[in-house]
Amino acid sequence: MNFLIASSTEDLCELLAEDPSRQLLAGGTDFMVEVNFRHRDVSEVIAIDRIEELKQWRHDGDSVLIGSCVTYREIERGALSTLIPALAQSARTIGSPQIRNTGTIGGNLATASPAGDMIPVLLALGALVNVRSRSGVRQLQVDELITGVKTNSLREDEFIESVRVPVLRGPQEFLKVGPRNAMVISVSSLAMVTDIDREYIGIALGSVSASPCRSTDAESFISENIEWNSMTVRSGAIDNFERLVRESASPIDDHRSSSAYRTHTIGVLGRRALLRIFRLEN
Amino acid sequence: MSLLEEGIASAAGVGISATRPDGKEKARGDFLFSNDLSAEDMLWGQTLRSPYPSAKIRKIDFSQALAIDGVHAILTADDVPGENIFGLEHPDQPVLAFDIVRYVGEPVAIVAANHPEVAKSAVDAIYVDYEQLDPLVNSQEAIEAAPIHPEGNVIRHLVINHGDPDAVGNVTVEGEYEVGMQDQAFLGTESGIAFPSADGGVDLHISTQWLHSDRDQVASALNLPEDLVRVTLAGVGGAFGGREDVSMHVHLCMLALHTGRPVKMVYDRNESFLGHVHRHPAKIWFRHSADESGALVKVEAKVILDGGAYASTTSAVLANACCFSVGPYRVPNALIEGWGVRTNNPPCGAMRGFGNVQTCFAAEAQMDKLARALSMDPVELRLLNALKSGDTLITGQKITGTAPVKEVLTSLSEHPIPKGVEGDLLELPGGTGRTTDNSHVKRGIGFAASIKNLMFSEGFDDFSEARCIVVDGEVSIQSACVEVGQGFVTLVNQIVEETLGVSEAVILPVDTSIGSAGSTSASRQTWMSGGAVLKACEAVVNALILELQNENGGEYEKVGLNLVPKDGSDSISIAVALRGRNFDEHVTHRHLPTFPLDHNGQGNAHVSFAFAAHRAVVDVDQELGLVRVVEIATSQDVGRILNPVQARGQIEGGVAQGLGLALLEELVLIDGKIANANFTDYLLPTAMDTPPIEIAAFIEQPEPGAPFGAKGIGEPPVISSTPAIVAAIRDATGFELNRVPIKPEDIALNGL
Amino acid sequence: MGIAQESNQYELTVNDSKYVISGSWLGESLLYVLRERLGLYGSKNACEQGECGSCSVMMDDVLVCSCLVLAANAEGRAIKTIESVAEGSQLSDVQEAFIDTGAIQCGFCTPGLLVTIHDFLDSNPEPEESEIKEAISGNLCRCTGYGRIVEAVQLVSIRRSGRDI
Repeated sequence: MNFLIASSTEDLCELLAEDPSRQLLAGGTDFMVEVNFRHRDVSEVIAIDRIEELKQWRHDGDSVLIGSCVTYREIERGALSTLIPALAQSARTIGSPQIRNTGTIGGNLATASPAGDMIPVLLALGALVNVRSRSGVRQLQVDELITGVKTNSLREDEFIESVRVPVLRGPQEFLKVGPRNAMVISVSSLAMVTDIDREYIGIALGSVSASPCRSTDAESFISENIEWNSMTVRSGAIDNFERLVRESASPIDDHRSSSAYRTHTIGVLGRRALLRIFRLEN
Repeated sequence: MSLLEEGIASAAGVGISATRPDGKEKARGDFLFSNDLSAEDMLWGQTLRSPYPSAKIRKIDFSQALAIDGVHAILTADDVPGENIFGLEHPDQPVLAFDIVRYVGEPVAIVAANHPEVAKSAVDAIYVDYEQLDPLVNSQEAIEAAPIHPEGNVIRHLVINHGDPDAVGNVTVEGEYEVGMQDQAFLGTESGIAFPSADGGVDLHISTQWLHSDRDQVASALNLPEDLVRVTLAGVGGAFGGREDVSMHVHLCMLALHTGRPVKMVYDRNESFLGHVHRHPAKIWFRHSADESGALVKVEAKVILDGGAYASTTSAVLANACCFSVGPYRVPNALIEGWGVRTNNPPCGAMRGFGNVQTCFAAEAQMDKLARALSMDPVELRLLNALKSGDTLITGQKITGTAPVKEVLTSLSEHPIPKGVEGDLLELPGGTGRTTDNSHVKRGIGFAASIKNLMFSEGFDDFSEARCIVVDGEVSIQSACVEVGQGFVTLVNQIVEETLGVSEAVILPVDTSIGSAGSTSASRQTWMSGGAVLKACEAVVNALILELQNENGGEYEKVGLNLVPKDGSDSISIAVALRGRNFDEHVTHRHLPTFPLDHNGQGNAHVSFAFAAHRAVVDVDQELGLVRVVEIATSQDVGRILNPVQARGQIEGGVAQGLGLALLEELVLIDGKIANANFTDYLLPTAMDTPPIEIAAFIEQPEPGAPFGAKGIGEPPVISSTPAIVAAIRDATGFELNRVPIKPEDIALNGL
Repeated sequence: MGIAQESNQYELTVNDSKYVISGSWLGESLLYVLRERLGLYGSKNACEQGECGSCSVMMDDVLVCSCLVLAANAEGRAIKTIESVAEGSQLSDVQEAFIDTGAIQCGFCTPGLLVTIHDFLDSNPEPEESEIKEAISGNLCRCTGYGRIVEAVQLVSIRRSGRDI
């Protein structure tokens, strides 16, 4: 039984190449729950939370490059929260202050929960995930990385190195429904982001499908009904928009909520987010 | 009354906000909870539990498990030295399942090993050949269904028939209501340590609510005389009824005696949910009939409580639910029928409120329905029907003590209503989820009132022993009263200060070397054990006076905390007089007897009653079904306040639990299995869910017969807080909402 | 799943003291090691999932749930637990305030809350009530309903600003 601390990304590549069955430990907020309740065997663990490069982020013109071990807390507060407000909003709803201090953006992606709160925001923004191994780096769309319930497409010897997140010029919203005001797993969530210059709107849904998903039909439809110069939306389009958002969801019934409630609320969230960003024309 | 407004009073005597004597230890993290105990050479225990709600056990094979390195013992039903049966009111549950399991989580085998992970691995390696049976999970069907236990499926059937069954009023309202399964969810999970002793007995250190009841059940199961089973209280991390029943007690002692070593066991959160009883889910039908002025004429009800697999305190919970079903109102005619039934669901038993909670939710909904039907203000309707001293309950018992229901209701309704404020994000439903804007919100206000019986009922001979020991003027108090956080230890100091003028008594370790203090439950300990301590201290004063009189020839009179000689010479304070003297007074305190209920549910079955009312203000986002509780205000009939800050603490904590039942807390059962036995999905209110709790008034009308005139405070806050919140949501939405906890979709999809 | 006692050895720095942990099972959380190996029972286990905050400790000046820290990965980090909050026999002002306002009932949640609040007040000396509630939203209390706890935080803030109550 081995515990290893990776000192750099090169070191990490080597350790994984050597033995791809080694498990990666970043913030531990999902990992340790599994260990504590004996759902995860720990034989060889590599701690990656000491790798400085993975804990940095930088602003490169029209995007930020966020290291995979940047915590929810750093995303929630400070400069990142002004650059990507919706991501900060989602970070604020995750877990508790304690969890936000150690949980990481890389962990949220790698765990790939259907309810992972950052994932809809990253999808809507068109974020790209940099995945690395000794063989090199490849770039994945979020929905190429996340392929199913708690399933990611990482190869055995790969790790998430960073996430490139576009910095858009326009209002953005993240809304999350849960039965409690703190420490709650979302029952439905929605991210809506805009870029006024590019006349771009991105909408993604959480907890209403096996993996968070873009609501592309709703995006196309509403784009035709938005007047970008005045930031207005045609009032006659709202109902249909809401319906299209609902139709892009395929939720289940579980002990947390019903598919009927999830479907209903996701439409409401879509409408509310839209009307926060755009005024009704006239 | 808030400390910030009033400042800190000096701590002394009864009626002051004395600070708790264990506060420093608890603040430092030094206070030892049962989870924190350890011993040289100790082993770790673990329990194998049934994964099925109903199954025959064909075979248990633990040979592989026993072979694991570090495993010291594996025990099953065959190893129970005495009677393999126990139960709080009535023994009907095996210590370890023998031929059949009746609920998911029922203990089947126990393991002792040198590391908790080894013990868990051993449990995983035990093979049990189960033959699954169809579980009985519907409480209504249980009444007629084939028995799942030799004692049958009806644990108790109770009828209350009062007055004229044919009486009828002008206005009638009817409804069906349901209460889900709430859990006590105390933070300190079940834990303890047992030491085998050289005399063949066992020393058990455990967190519990009633040492002597545990001791008796353990002794019987171990086939040991009671004096060889010594139970010592370890620090309790909350109880709320969930520690009244035996959990790991016998298991620990069996493992300790078998291995000859100390054995510690700690349930993790998941196992804790399986390892204790829960609040009874309830199905209730009510029909209320009133005359056109709103005076209640008749109330009828049918109540079914799902007791789960074993009886626990189902019988007493049912009695409470039925006796107090109609609420704090005068009801001349009543027909209440109740069943406590057995199913293959998890066993249910005591939880703060104890049956009154379930029927209060339904009855208060009915009162609001009646008010609407009569076009009456809901508070006015309640005031019109409010019980008062001298009135008769539906069990035929006359209230001889205080019953200031009118004062409770009036003071609450006069309390200012919070202003509507367009606050920040965190003031809106949905909070940081950012789901809601001010335009989506509708405010609602609701009231509810309740009655709770204090102490045990139906002829139970309840008593509490206490001892006041003085050695050279230093005072120690011995009592087996369990401190679960409610502040009894503070009260002891206050009583000693009040009666002897001595500050900081030593509170001796709580164990079975003294007789029983009864259970820390039923809002009884201030009256019973506070009463016993008071009596013991008074006995010391009397003995002191006698001693002084014998020494000095003259008579003494007690005036306050001084002893005044009748011959006019200088008085002396009791505290000073005690110096250099020794006393040891051991007393037993009882309340006046109660009596069983007859076949019509009539009888003087209860000791005393406490009343409370709650007003909730909520903001509702109807489209999403999200609720923010803005404020809960309350007035409570307390007899006399002995410690304002501690009283406030009981009220705030209880109201938060009532809020939990209204909006958040339910153990979800799927075919008898709990789907959410963890804190991720069993949702306790966080600080962001709990509103400011306003105390409109403490109504202090001293209760005759109660030590200091004080009524128990702990349970009333839990009872009418839930229906007040639901009433407020009904006010905001117009929806019926007949089930708690309310899920967001009950609002959002209502009628859709 | 085996838990063979390998040559797993690491050093922890807890409350400025160094401890060598050897012969442990790799999967042990920091909470387990603090309690069962170092005898520091102040941090509590009420859920082991990060849902209750009763195990809260400071790690390199960051508030974390110790149940979610792999003990071996706490090597090289400065860990501060509830046991370090008081200075000898002198309680901290937050501990005093908890006692003064009646914020302690059973006391199980108290250590985690005290660590959390000390951290919070260090960077938020004059908090609004809603900020206090959000700061302690990861700490469950089943006994008090949080009212006295919030008041304790407000009391500390007032006292630290020089006004005496």
